[in-house]
Amino acid sequence: MSDHDYRPKSKVGQWFNDRLPLLTLANHLTDYPTPKNLNYWWTFGGILTFCLITQIVTGLTLAMHYIAHADMAFESVEHIMRDVNYGWLIRYIHANGASMFFLAVYIHIFRSLFYGSYKAPREIIWIIGIIIYLLMMAAAFMGYVLPWGQMSFWGATVITNLFSAIPLVGEGIVTWLWGGYSVDNPTLTRFFTLHYLIPFLILGLVVLHIWALHVPGNNNPVGIDVKKPSKDTVPFHPYIVIKDGFALLMFMIVFAFFVFYAPNILGHADNYIEANPMVTPAHIVPEWYLLPFYAILRSVPDKLLGVVAMLSAILILAVLPWLDTSKIRSAVFRPLYKQFYWILVADVLILGYVGAMPAEGLYLLIARVATAYYFLHFLVILPVLGFKEKTLPVPLSITEPVLGGSPNLAAARNKESKIE
Amino acid sequence: MKNLFKLFSIIILIITSNSYSFAAEKVEYLKTDWSFKGLFGKFDRASLQRGYQVYTEVCASCHSMKYLSYRNLAEPGGPEFSEAQAKAIAASFEVTDGPNSDGEMFTRPGKLSDKFVMPYDNIKAAQAANGGAYPPDMSVLVKARGGGVDYIYSLLQGYEEAPSNVTLDDGVYYNKYMYGNKIRMAAPLSDGLVEYGDGTNATVEQMSKDVTTFLMWSAEPHLESRHQMGFKAIVYLIILTVLVYFSMKKIWSRVESEV
Repeated sequence: MSDHDYRPKSKVGQWFNDRLPLLTLANHLTDYPTPKNLNYWWTFGGILTFCLITQIVTGLTLAMHYIAHADMAFESVEHIMRDVNYGWLIRYIHANGASMFFLAVYIHIFRSLFYGSYKAPREIIWIIGIIIYLLMMAAAFMGYVLPWGQMSFWGATVITNLFSAIPLVGEGIVTWLWGGYSVDNPTLTRFFTLHYLIPFLILGLVVLHIWALHVPGNNNPVGIDVKKPSKDTVPFHPYIVIKDGFALLMFMIVFAFFVFYAPNILGHADNYIEANPMVTPAHIVPEWYLLPFYAILRSVPDKLLGVVAMLSAILILAVLPWLDTSKIRSAVFRPLYKQFYWILVADVLILGYVGAMPAEGLYLLIARVATAYYFLHFLVILPVLGFKEKTLPVPLSITEPVLGGSPNLAAARNKESKIE
Repeated sequence: MKNLFKLFSIIILIITSNSYSFAAEKVEYLKTDWSFKGLFGKFDRASLQRGYQVYTEVCASCHSMKYLSYRNLAEPGGPEFSEAQAKAIAASFEVTDGPNSDGEMFTRPGKLSDKFVMPYDNIKAAQAANGGAYPPDMSVLVKARGGGVDYIYSLLQGYEEAPSNVTLDDGVYYNKYMYGNKIRMAAPLSDGLVEYGDGTNATVEQMSKDVTTFLMWSAEPHLESRHQMGFKAIVYLIILTVLVYFSMKKIWSRVESEV
């Protein structure tokens, strides 16, 4: 932002801006030069911001009517659904909003993986993103506990019990987390408190995420550095704003479909049964967006190692910028990486699927193979690929593949249209 | 663009097939045409009223519905009894109130604002009266079972003689749709068990359909307004999306780039 010599036109504006340069910031945000070849996969950043704001606004409203008490939580949710004006709408937006949030974040993450957006000089953006993702999982997990249904209670029991795998201090930590000797009222109240806190932590990190993004600027489908501003870029407003807006509206149509016509399809029926510590559900499953990690957890026969594997599966992403040794960012110019990328996508989907199935027989075998492959991808394939892969020639500028006049044109356009 | 759509639909397909696969057991449920399914789905008023009759005359002797109030019976989108009818229904129940100024509890006829009177004072009493099994509260029962309405509808008609390889304890019945096939509830319905005021023939199938419709409403009392609002919201969003699309095309025509 230091390269900005913006001056407001009005006297009042200047007076204010000299004391707090908010107008400079606004000017920076509207003028922000953005590569003009960004495709629709790049619109999910804006969509995610919308998701976060939606969750915060609906969450605040729900919190006005919700009672965080083991004896009253379930009833208060029913009160919201029946007697609060449009309570059903607010709750269904919030509950499905969590799923939409994760849907968007997974697309956002996989976009980053495809186009190598995590590579230098964007490592910090990426790592902040991983922290946001971790916090999202924590917030979603605790949010799922709040209605105090059967899956809430038993999900909380299973997940908090994971900490008991830690040698020596594990049991003590679990008791400390619970605030007692089982998941009970103290657990519920602290989960509610943290569930309320985390979104604001995420909001702060989102600001850092965007700030860090605005230093090097956006990556783009070609994956090359762009001169800013130049004929390779367009100002954020109105070009990207309207495009993000269009994509957001498409996303909202899908969102609305779930909220109005299938509000419970992503949840588990057992969560409409009030929590009962004496009755264990037949299958305890987390929400769909946590299933791949649940599958990894269960694929390891040892409890401690299972927990380690699950955590590593997420944390390994944080060191991804250094595991991927290739200098080329975009998979468009990496024919081999592109294939492995799609195998990884399939692998994660398979993990999600077996995560929903009972951990036995063929499912368990598939889960183990898929888990092994997941780590193989990051720990072996990516580092080796950087040295072995014969990459395609990369264009010198965005305008070149777009406007023509380059031998790479055909290849670049071909590759791009395939992904688009 | 097309690919974006494809990806969306693939992901949604995977998600929904996933949640289905662990929600539903491998039994084929009986099917019937539910008036409340679909984009414009609405409850069949007469069926809801008959369903309430089945609930109150049959189910209510064991199953509570603690999240419903008598006023709900007269609210739009539900059975829509007249207010006078709903008041009469409420007044036919004895409600314990108090304490009064003498510190005594007393009973009085029910009012619209009262919750549905529960058949048992507490879970222990319910278990004691039902051989240890607790008849679940029915307020959100439809949403609390994997197969939803189809499951409940089938279960009510799923009582059969147990196959010879299945031995049943006392007070346990065989039901082909129940998880594990063993159920502590005796077949609750039989032909002609209730006498419908509107002359509808009270077959087991008819009663099952009516009471299941009623349970769907009790679990989702705002289903009708949800469907109506959803249609408006989605139409609005589609129109806005089209407008924004053309605005976007116009704005992007200033630069030599595809959007």
